[in-house]
Amino acid sequence: MLTYIVRRLFAAVGLLLVVALITYCIFYQLPLWAGMSVNNLAAEFVGKSQNQQAIQGVIQRFHFDQPFFVQYYDYVKAIIVGDTYSDGTQLVHCSAPCFGYSFRNTEQVWPTLLDRFPVTLSIAIGAAVLWLIVGIAVGVLSAVRKGSVLDRTVMIFCLLGVALPVYFIGPLLWMLDGFPGISYNSFLGDPIGWAQSLWIPWVALAFGYAAIYARMTRAGVLDALNDDYVRTARAKGLGDGRVIFKHALRAAVMPIITMFGMDVGAVLGGAVLVEFTFSLPGLGELAITSLQQSDLPVIMGVTLLAAFFVIIMNLVVDVVYAKFDPRVRLA
Amino acid sequence: MTPRHSGEPASESDRPASGSASREAHSMSTISDAQDSSFSLTTDRRPFLDVRGLKVHFGTEDGLVKSVDGITFGLERGQTLGIVGESGSGKSVTSMSLLGLHRRAGRSGKGGAIMSGEIWLDGKELISASPDELRALRGQKMAMIFQDPLSAMHPYYTVGMQLIEAYRVHNKVSKSEARKRAIEMLDRVGIPQPDSRVDDYPHQFSGGMRQRAMIAMSLMCDPQLLIADEPTTALDVTVQAQILDLMRDLQREFNSALIIITHDLGVVAELADDIMVMYGGKAVEYGPAKTVFSAPEHPYTWGLLSSMPRLDRPVQDRLVPIPGSPPSMINVPSGCAFNPRCGYAELCGRVSAHGPDVCSAVVPELIQTTGAGRHLVRCHLPADVRRQTFDEEIRTHL
Repeated sequence: MLTYIVRRLFAAVGLLLVVALITYCIFYQLPLWAGMSVNNLAAEFVGKSQNQQAIQGVIQRFHFDQPFFVQYYDYVKAIIVGDTYSDGTQLVHCSAPCFGYSFRNTEQVWPTLLDRFPVTLSIAIGAAVLWLIVGIAVGVLSAVRKGSVLDRTVMIFCLLGVALPVYFIGPLLWMLDGFPGISYNSFLGDPIGWAQSLWIPWVALAFGYAAIYARMTRAGVLDALNDDYVRTARAKGLGDGRVIFKHALRAAVMPIITMFGMDVGAVLGGAVLVEFTFSLPGLGELAITSLQQSDLPVIMGVTLLAAFFVIIMNLVVDVVYAKFDPRVRLA
Repeated sequence: MTPRHSGEPASESDRPASGSASREAHSMSTISDAQDSSFSLTTDRRPFLDVRGLKVHFGTEDGLVKSVDGITFGLERGQTLGIVGESGSGKSVTSMSLLGLHRRAGRSGKGGAIMSGEIWLDGKELISASPDELRALRGQKMAMIFQDPLSAMHPYYTVGMQLIEAYRVHNKVSKSEARKRAIEMLDRVGIPQPDSRVDDYPHQFSGGMRQRAMIAMSLMCDPQLLIADEPTTALDVTVQAQILDLMRDLQREFNSALIIITHDLGVVAELADDIMVMYGGKAVEYGPAKTVFSAPEHPYTWGLLSSMPRLDRPVQDRLVPIPGSPPSMINVPSGCAFNPRCGYAELCGRVSAHGPDVCSAVVPELIQTTGAGRHLVRCHLPADVRRQTFDEEIRTHL
């Protein structure tokens, strides 16, 4: 098991390098390949003060004058061991992991990411718990009552959940609650205020996911109820509750574990819509603003971080899956 | 043949409760003979399992599916009944309905099984029993062995856990006691190193082992009625014989009533005291195994026997399959359900006193043949013609 995890972690590093390479290509090389001059590309980073000295600084900083692979090597090296560079006017040290320096925010990227991450984490955890519990509960209920009024109502809500975007449901909830202030309070400082100020974003984000999970659970449980081992369980004389939860749901929950891991991984990389809707300063909101400002180092940082979460959650899913399904051997 | 059946084996399928009129019309020597010859000891007492005019219908979008359409049989403890038929003949539905495993239809007649008739198990009627009463009996007093033990056992739980669960649902005992019992039962069904195999998952067992474990699970609560639905179909031939031996031994040891449901006549030949051949949801031939094998009288049974491969027959001889396929359970052929596939329908039309179209017009009844012993056949062919045909045309091919 441990060797498996270690090997997977190495593979994850390799995958991240590939993701970094592709992202790097897209943002730093594609413009050049498309005919943009190095000077103009560098000017993108400088911001408002368009003096030649600053542009030269940027060119040096990014090694734009170097071959592409040297640039990429330096970028990765900075992440691992840190970097010291000139921003054109002074020498700056950037300790590992160094994702570079944002000329727009006049800040280093990594501290910015660290600053934003708790917000996204808070949104992700709250929403994930909510959608997992609600989705499974509702799914089981409507599977057991298949065809009933309850089932049909739930399925309509599920359709709505899938169809209605976060930026519709979010403001709707906000309005219904009388426009409360929505801001991020640190969980450690004020847990109650943390939950109170975030419940609307949680519900808004969880609604769509819960809808999908409810449908998956319902389909899975209905499937399992027709399986032979559920018939065996009933033939043993087990009660309905035990048959449904211990036998049918146990099997139906497997694909949900997979999906849950992936979804949480994706949300951790930035709950873009919900953060943007409620102006919550998380990674997703950071990604949007930096895209609007062509703040390439930040975009690179957010992308790599998001990729990291997806890859790690994939690993977690595989390990958890093996724990839950005795037929799977990790090797 | 040991006596064990109560009367009324021949109630007509369409009118299970009021078959007396039709019986009189057909009886002549039938019912009274049957009772005299083999039912005399048990006429006052219900057999341990007494099924009368059982019907299981399902309301579907396409119409009413009459999966089981009026079957009657009895079974004592220590005895074995083999129910034989093709896929779709209603044999599995019969077994499921004995255990009350069908979801019952609502008042609309949709979404489940519409059941009628009577199932008496040890003096208790099961069709009118509440779901909770049935649940308390399932696994405890009656248990089932399923066809494919790999899919019939939960893949995510250990074999031991599944056995323990089967025991603890009916017995208030600690986990360790139930575990002891599980190991004991695994040992009894011939699983080596049961105290370590008990913690294995089903996929870690071989096919034969799994079926043994399945049998152990069904025997956890010492049930008096055991139903085996195609218990050897999913197994290798060599393992099949072992499993059948095991079941025979266990049945003797536990003195349970055993119903074996199969399409394999070889299986019932090994085990069964009685055989009921089902076709289109009805019993077409019913009697002691010896009689049904040595002197079968229904053309469908002839077909089943002729399509069975035999080692002691020249390789050049071809098997004789039954032409056509099992009938639709929604539009069951009129008259005798087997008539479109029956090679003797024409002969029957010629010799029958009821006219040339009798097979496709009149539903035949399950009545006692003129032979000795209890032996019921549902066929319009006169009994002497049946016996003659079997002797002259069929026996030589078997």
